[in-house]
Amino acid sequence: MTMWQSVSAVFRRDLRLAWAGGGAAAPLGFFAGATTLVPLAVGPDLKTLALIGPPLLWVTVSLAALMILERLFQADLEDGSLDQLHLVDAPLEFIVAAKGAALWMAIGLPLALASLPAALALQTPPHATIAVAVGLLVGLGAFIGFGLFGAALAAGVRRGGVLIAILVLPFFAPPIIFGAAAASKAASDGLGAPGFLLLCGCALAGVALGPIGAAAALRQQTG
Amino acid sequence: MRVDVESLAIERGGLRLFENLSFAAAAGAHVALTGANGTGKTSLLRALAGFLAPSAGRIRFDAEEPAAQTHFLGHRDGLKGALEVREHVAFWRDLMGGRGDPKSALERVGLTRVIDLPARALSAGQSRRLSLARLLVAERHLWLLDEPAAGLDTAGKTLLADLISAHRASGGIVIAAVHEPLGSPDVDVRLGV
Repeated sequence: MTMWQSVSAVFRRDLRLAWAGGGAAAPLGFFAGATTLVPLAVGPDLKTLALIGPPLLWVTVSLAALMILERLFQADLEDGSLDQLHLVDAPLEFIVAAKGAALWMAIGLPLALASLPAALALQTPPHATIAVAVGLLVGLGAFIGFGLFGAALAAGVRRGGVLIAILVLPFFAPPIIFGAAAASKAASDGLGAPGFLLLCGCALAGVALGPIGAAAALRQQTG
Repeated sequence: MRVDVESLAIERGGLRLFENLSFAAAAGAHVALTGANGTGKTSLLRALAGFLAPSAGRIRFDAEEPAAQTHFLGHRDGLKGALEVREHVAFWRDLMGGRGDPKSALERVGLTRVIDLPARALSAGQSRRLSLARLLVAERHLWLLDEPAAGLDTAGKTLLADLISAHRASGGIVIAAVHEPLGSPDVDVRLGV
């Protein structure tokens, strides 16, 4: 009972912090900026835009996710609140997973919603935009799951963003490959495409393994 | 609850801070850790909290899950500038599985007036008082306090001494690193001699 109380307390606090600190604004701004500027640079050829649309959305979303990871544990380490998370009657893995879930809700969900108008602007057929957004939402689960691990490893490192990028980008590759392929195919085949199922597999792996790795990394940094 | 420290040695960055340290704290004990800067007071407290592995010796608790029985009050108050004072206390209570009333805890530490302010608006002394409220909303046997009086005014120091004696009276253990005398400790552990 107390365990779920602790886990839910962390979830609610991180959700509140993400909104209070305007945390969702920066990645959303980045996403909006990139998806607006790239078409301007590419030019008005609608066929090209339709071709690069889904891959562009995926790359932009993955980089937006990367942006928010740096401070995830670093802030808690610096202000001393990470210590409190170790003195809890719940496994650290669950606490870490709660932080990831809060991030997914606070930033993943708005990003997936923002991809709806962006996909339309990039000439994705209207009937496929929902499939693209759902794919991105699942993909963000994979990005944040694997990202937890990198963020925890780099928590004690100044300017750890570069280190996080090097650590987690290889793990971002599979969801990007399957996700972008699924998004490109969504127009004709719908959500059941094999790419989407493989993407779900990646997300499950990230959500299951990320918190375990992150908790192990955080335990090494308490001294 | 009881804590036994047996022939403990701790190293930081390859430097041995102390070795062969032994002491015991039974229910109701107040251990004062003293010693010059850099003699290992904070490291000892972090080892007691389980954050730091000792390089020799051991720490024994006669309790299961000692981490869930421990309060750790470090140099940093663990506050989030964007969150309100009341949100901190409610968060700690839920996080640490406590049953204390946030409002009366804040009343006890003298922060009733700033209950709705974000933590970034607090002074250093008020921040420390807020972290003291954490001790009150979640009942835990072992209090590890790292220079808890830092930043507190005279009334704050009196409050802290009162909290400590109340905790001892209810059978709790207090282990505090101090530079100035605090309360009336019954075990004195001097480091770096």
